[in-house]
Amino acid sequence: MAQVEEVDKSLVWSGGNSPFRLSYGKQMMWFFLVSDALSFGGLLTAYGFARHSVESWPVAEKVFRALPFTDGDFPLIYVALMTFILIISSVTMVLAVEAGHRKHKKGVVNWLLLTVLGGAIFVGSQAWEWSHFIHGSHHGAVLTEQGWAYVAHLDYQYDDEGHVIMNGHHPELASIKLQFIDGGKYMLTGAEALASYQTAEKNEEGKLLLADGLGVPLNVVSDGDNVSALDIVVEGKIYRELEGAVGSDNWNELVALYEGSTAQIQGANLTENEYAPNAPAYADFFFFITGFHGFHVFSGVVINLLILIQVVKGTYDSRGHFEMVEKSGLYWHFVDLVWVFVFTFFYLI
Amino acid sequence: MGAHAHAHHHKESFITKYIFSQDHKMIAKQFLFTAIIMGVVGMFLSLLFRIQLGWPGPNMLNSIFLGDWAPDGVMNSNMYLGLVTIHGTIMVFFVLTGGLSGTFSNLLIPLQLGARDMASGFLNMFSYWFFCLSSVIMLVSLFVESGPAMAGWTVYPPISVLEESVPGSGLGMTLWLVSMAIFIASSLLGSLNYIVTILNLRTKGMKMTRMPLTIWAFFVTAILGVLSFPVLLSAAVLLIMDRSFGTSFYISDIFIDGHALDQTGGSPILFQHLFWFLGHPEVYIVLLPALGITSEIIATNSRKPIFGYRAMIGSILAIGFLSFIVWGHHMFITGMNPFLGGVFVFTTLLIAIPSAVKVFNYITTIWKGNIVFTPAMMFSIGLVSTFITGGVTGIILADSALDIDVHDTYFVVGHFHIVMGLSAIFGMFAGLYHWFPKLYGRMMNRKMGYVHFWVTIVCGYGVFFPMHFTGLAGAPRRYYDYSEFPFLDHVVDLNVVISIFAVIGTLAQVIFLFNFFYSAIRGAKAIENPWKSNTLEWTTPVEHVHGNWVGEIPEVHRWPYDYSKPGKEEDFCPQNIPLEEGEEEHG
Repeated sequence: MAQVEEVDKSLVWSGGNSPFRLSYGKQMMWFFLVSDALSFGGLLTAYGFARHSVESWPVAEKVFRALPFTDGDFPLIYVALMTFILIISSVTMVLAVEAGHRKHKKGVVNWLLLTVLGGAIFVGSQAWEWSHFIHGSHHGAVLTEQGWAYVAHLDYQYDDEGHVIMNGHHPELASIKLQFIDGGKYMLTGAEALASYQTAEKNEEGKLLLADGLGVPLNVVSDGDNVSALDIVVEGKIYRELEGAVGSDNWNELVALYEGSTAQIQGANLTENEYAPNAPAYADFFFFITGFHGFHVFSGVVINLLILIQVVKGTYDSRGHFEMVEKSGLYWHFVDLVWVFVFTFFYLI
Repeated sequence: MGAHAHAHHHKESFITKYIFSQDHKMIAKQFLFTAIIMGVVGMFLSLLFRIQLGWPGPNMLNSIFLGDWAPDGVMNSNMYLGLVTIHGTIMVFFVLTGGLSGTFSNLLIPLQLGARDMASGFLNMFSYWFFCLSSVIMLVSLFVESGPAMAGWTVYPPISVLEESVPGSGLGMTLWLVSMAIFIASSLLGSLNYIVTILNLRTKGMKMTRMPLTIWAFFVTAILGVLSFPVLLSAAVLLIMDRSFGTSFYISDIFIDGHALDQTGGSPILFQHLFWFLGHPEVYIVLLPALGITSEIIATNSRKPIFGYRAMIGSILAIGFLSFIVWGHHMFITGMNPFLGGVFVFTTLLIAIPSAVKVFNYITTIWKGNIVFTPAMMFSIGLVSTFITGGVTGIILADSALDIDVHDTYFVVGHFHIVMGLSAIFGMFAGLYHWFPKLYGRMMNRKMGYVHFWVTIVCGYGVFFPMHFTGLAGAPRRYYDYSEFPFLDHVVDLNVVISIFAVIGTLAQVIFLFNFFYSAIRGAKAIENPWKSNTLEWTTPVEHVHGNWVGEIPEVHRWPYDYSKPGKEEDFCPQNIPLEEGEEEHG
């Protein structure tokens, strides 16, 4: 067999200026990222398709409102924090790459370590968020005669005569609240209903034209001209609250609704979820897309760790350049960028 | 990389030379060998179901090869679906994608560009082994008890999701999906290598506008692969979730024996969108390499420069771009908004323009050429023929008003088998006859090549041309038996004609296989440049060496199509020959 001169691949190019002045490895990483972007593109497009093919879809700030170590109500605060940490880890990655350009080994080690830390915190936070999502709220969602309802507060019992009484030290909190998730109905009661009723016009079918849509009067109690009590059922948008006034007929109605519920979901799994009982795909997409992204972050953490070990061992010092750090940096920034899209589509829009 | 660069320091073991090789020429041969095996299987499956369609009822082949799936020699109708599904999958992905790109991109990109090897021989090796693994899994799925996937090569849900629908949607479908996921990884690694090698490793003087059209075709093909396969991956993974983990991305409101499934809220149309976003570019992933190979062979064997070199590049790019915005024409009957359908009709019809540019350029290149009718040239001309006949029915199918009528009939089957199946396989045959001396250092037998060509093209048309008529008569595809439908009685006889041609056409491939293997071992020794071609691969030694060229890589001074240039003694002038004084470079 013929003998061939020893070849250094980096010197093979002799067609003039190297295109984009990139090494083949870096170029490959770029094309891989383009390809991966299309994978996420496919998933997010599928998500959009599914979301717009059903009538109701949960609002993120109603779903994600918990913060670890607290009992309070912080809509989207935790995910914002996670996002912030991930983006900061991109900054530390840039600094690691920059230190690599200066061949400053210690700098690379430090910044890379922080990047790994940021990534690990993100993945851990995602695990917590998943766990919370899976366990769900205290009371879950129930299927009442009027459709699926989310039980926001549940705290009552019966007195000796069989009347519903409230519990707790804070009467204003101690109540039952059902938020109707689907079916598009909510109720106006008491003074609010009265005000709407008196100012609303009627259409030809006798329905009330209210600011929130068409309303149908219910339980109107009047003596001639004076209306003394009424409820109005409004065909409004989803997720409007049905407030129960304690002690009223309405209150008993709610209790009856709740006690007559025929199905219950708590938390979320792959076939059903309390946040969108009529759109199980919501949880499917949540698990799959954030999971797919989380897997990317996890791989990134592992890759960064492996490279960190190489840096510490001095592999790149002897190689004369820290391009591997840069390549893994490209991947890391890509994963961050994808999160920005996932965050936007899942949490903000 | 290291193993390569220092290859001459030590003798390579059998394993590093023939099995885990990182040499692009050996990897090309590995792809080719695997694709030939897959092609034989795919062809054989089609033989089984063609016999079923022509002569329904018991026969020996069924008893021998289908075993329990053919009690008393009568093919089980579910198995029929399985055969159709695996035939389609194997032919589209394993022969015409993996086999065609894998063989010729690997062989020709470094050789025609003047590179020592692929950018990353290591990833290239992985690309092949993923391909091999996915091929094995696909073949294994033929042997599982519940049968192979039976949902058609497009694996539409819900049939592909529900085990209750057909037996093949059990383990067979799982293996199909696993195999495809691995195949996609292989395709990605290969494509990344092709793109980066083309951009980064050209020899001195090899400007993009001096690259042979083969390379342009491989380049755009690889880009299409990088952009479209990941979407199929997403679609496939979601399908896996639906099948194995109870999610409902693709299914909703399914009733089985009167009981509703738990899974609600998904949409099977979603899968079709995701699938065809890959599926349509895939057509061009299959076709473009064949067209590139044809461009090269037609110019060489017409002893004329390719007509409209830049127009050819432009049309490759245009086809590549357009292939991403036409996927809806596979879905006209899904209840798509007619306006959106109209948009897809428009974009689809646009593809006719670059396609016609290519065809006219082929014909004008041949026009008044000093044609050398090698078997490779015959197959290339055959490709031009099938590309036209298949393309014309494509215009009918692009039009939603007409497509709705013939959707999912044999008209469609006839169309795509001619325009994509025959054309691409003709391109592959042409490439094999042409570059066989480069692959094995020997020549293939010409006479057997001619017999192979003529029987193949006659049988090809004999099989697929009548399908247009059965399709127009309303025969739906994927039916197991047409004798039960009175409205098709007058076309049932055509099925017999088709099947006769199919059997003969299949037997003709035996000639090719014999020619191929016999010539690889016993064929006449090839000279360095047997076709008097201009491209760089013919400047390499006949015996393969690592690094492709002994000594310096040749420098490129001209475009690859200086055939019959006025003022030259010979009718060709390789790219590495410097311009003479006063000679103008083609422009």
